[in-house]
Amino acid sequence: MGNVIPYKIQIISIVGSLLFMFFIFRLITKGKLREEYSIVWIFCTIALLLFAIWRDGLDIIAKFLGVYYAPALIFLGAIFAIIVFLVHLSVVNSKQQGQIKQLAQELALLKEKMENKQKEDGKNG
Amino acid sequence: MKTETNSIKVLIVLPCYNEEESIGKVLSDLSQLKIEGVYLRALPVNDCSKDNTISEIRKHTPYYLDLPVNLGIGGAVQSGFKYAFENNFDIAIQLDGDGQHPANEIKNLIEPILKKESDVVIGSRFITKQGFQSSGLRRTGIKYFKNLNKFLLGISITDSTSGFRALNKKALEIVYDYYPDEYPEPEAIVLYHLNNLKIKEIPVIMLERMGGQSSIRSFGSIYYMMKVTLGIFFIYIRLKLNGKRNTI
Repeated sequence: MGNVIPYKIQIISIVGSLLFMFFIFRLITKGKLREEYSIVWIFCTIALLLFAIWRDGLDIIAKFLGVYYAPALIFLGAIFAIIVFLVHLSVVNSKQQGQIKQLAQELALLKEKMENKQKEDGKNG
Repeated sequence: MKTETNSIKVLIVLPCYNEEESIGKVLSDLSQLKIEGVYLRALPVNDCSKDNTISEIRKHTPYYLDLPVNLGIGGAVQSGFKYAFENNFDIAIQLDGDGQHPANEIKNLIEPILKKESDVVIGSRFITKQGFQSSGLRRTGIKYFKNLNKFLLGISITDSTSGFRALNKKALEIVYDYYPDEYPEPEAIVLYHLNNLKIKEIPVIMLERMGGQSSIRSFGSIYYMMKVTLGIFFIYIRLKLNGKRNTI
């Protein structure tokens, strides 16, 4: 019995990671997630899967880095990754805002040009 | 159209957001304005107004821009500047659609450019201190920007939030590439100065707005100060470091 319980969480982690990976792949194939943004998520799931299978990995890395309490390393890594990704999203958002502005302006300028050209053509013809 | 040849072409850009009450009067006032040797064209820019601004504009002029999404005053004004640049205008003037800026001062506003004394002319209400002077809180803010500009650029601009401005071709070329979005006026001064444009202020008498609402509302004034201060600092650092303009 004592042996089953540690495996239980491992199996849940592996299944969870695989489900997450499947979900990401489905989003990409459906065209709902662009490949360039999916890279970071694929790496995340690979990391999750790796640590779900290699159970001593976290302890070994924590010891190597001198982290006393190994699970703290998970939180550190996760929070860091989240912050980096949020900044990345803000950058993407700013870029898109600039592009939308440019598009709106070009559209308004073109509309003006077209309408006044039509009026002129109407007068001449 | 007949006066277009051989005369100086001046475009008056009127950014409008929900100005149905005032824009008609402003446009008919402008159509009566005549300056010798100058071809004037008013270009209202409808920044996706929720009211009937656009039909009011259509009644008065065939020349207008109708933005498909709301871009804020900076984006609206910039589209007017782009129009001026692409259609080979010599001067572009920004005049707010709410009737605060006096049309009869346009002649004085473009004079320093015609005389080739400066590239950018700003109409200031604080030189002679006549006319509508804005609220006390607003004036404190304007004083703060004046000191900030003095500190960073070493120039004294008494009314850096004034949107009543004239730009020549050299200035238009710069704002074609980059113009701030929100509350652009104080930031644009830094942009002009660091691009070695000559800025001049002339005294004007401003009126109280006829309708609509200011882009700066009281509850947003702290946000306004922070946003503009940040904008000024970052554009200063960016231009100082790169020595060239970036488009975002």
